[in-house]
Amino acid sequence: MSERITIDARGAFCPGPLMELIAALKTRQIGDEIEILSSDKGSVTDIPEWCKKVKHDCLSVDEKEGYWSVLVRKAK
Amino acid sequence: MTKQILIIGGGVAGTIVANGLCRQIGPELTSGAVAITMLSASDKHMYQPGLLYLPFGKIRESELFRDQRKVLDKRVAFFVDPATNIDVKAKSVTTQSGKKYSYDYLVIATGSRIRPDTIPGMEEGAHWFYDLDGARKMRDALNDFKGGKIVVNVNAPHKCPVAPLEIVFMLREYLAAKGIENTEITYTYPIGRLHALEPVANWAGPEFQRYGIKSEVFFNTKSVDPKKKTITSEEGVTLPYDLLVTIPPHSGQQVIMDSKLGDGGWVPTNKQTLLREGSDDVFIVGDTTNIPISKAGSTAHFEADTIVDNLASLIKEQQWSRNYDGKVFCFLETGMTTGTYVWFNYVTPPNPAPPSQAIHWFKLGYNRLYWLSARGLL
Repeated sequence: MSERITIDARGAFCPGPLMELIAALKTRQIGDEIEILSSDKGSVTDIPEWCKKVKHDCLSVDEKEGYWSVLVRKAK
Repeated sequence: MTKQILIIGGGVAGTIVANGLCRQIGPELTSGAVAITMLSASDKHMYQPGLLYLPFGKIRESELFRDQRKVLDKRVAFFVDPATNIDVKAKSVTTQSGKKYSYDYLVIATGSRIRPDTIPGMEEGAHWFYDLDGARKMRDALNDFKGGKIVVNVNAPHKCPVAPLEIVFMLREYLAAKGIENTEITYTYPIGRLHALEPVANWAGPEFQRYGIKSEVFFNTKSVDPKKKTITSEEGVTLPYDLLVTIPPHSGQQVIMDSKLGDGGWVPTNKQTLLREGSDDVFIVGDTTNIPISKAGSTAHFEADTIVDNLASLIKEQQWSRNYDGKVFCFLETGMTTGTYVWFNYVTPPNPAPPSQAIHWFKLGYNRLYWLSARGLL
């Protein structure tokens, strides 16, 4: 059964949203979804770019009020 | 009835909490209203940041260690008997020897550990300086190194976020001083820049150019081939090496996983109160939290100070004192003779100071002053 977790990385300067995602993926099962909340606009491009490189699924990027929500599914 | 404060873990975080509490609740300890107990896996306390200097012969092993009993306030009951199970519902901790400890307040400070075993070939093919045995082996490898390709490989998650850059600059200067010129250093990093902190990455870029240090970003390690001496990334890049220095991925401790307190050994923690999510009597401190900030000694120190204030206030006045503001402070060696520093919190972005000899000397001074921090005096 796939699970979904949320990482609130808003205001996280170090290690930052993408590093948090990379670390979290190591603890999850294939098919699990991770929602990253980020106040860094760079996440809008660098998370999808990284997912494309390593072949995880970036399902959505949504702008919220003052932050972004990026949803990723572990694919391998 | 004596209130029991139980601290699991004798690293920097647990030790500062224990000693800081002793300074704030002395009368309660003397009267027997409160007792503090610490469980640790070792009778030694190690100054972990000192490991960075060991491969270069810049620090003696004996300088890294003190007897934990001597670092701790005498009023703390100390046992070398690591926790094997934590039951937050029953408010009980079981140890390796089979003893059970109940508590009124629990502080979990079990820390993190390196996991080179999670990447195929890494244990056999790589060197690291994040534990004593690894730092010794790296020192031997550097003594034997005659030149060639060095890869400095960074994996996530890891503690001490600036150490990977420090080792690059120190390696370059160390090898140049030894007259080993025929060396190429390549630094790999998991995300699309040289460091998680953007201002640090922006500073490091021109420094790398100046010294001819190569880099490979978006490099998440898939495997190491010790026979072919290559390292390959999930992104499909393979690099040859003569000497591989890795910052291995970390995880939390097994007891956290076995107690089902958090994936990867990281405990879900409120980033302001430092209470375990769902508990009002369990504090989490240092590397053990899942808070999305740097895993570093300074983080542990500032978190520990916050917990000391809150526990003391709760015991003395049944009041909450203050929230953690996310403060992190890191020194950054930029070579063998210069250094800089960076600090930030939840709302203040980092801005590295210009490198200087004075900051380097201050860091060397802190390598000694650390023992005052651990005692809760600094």
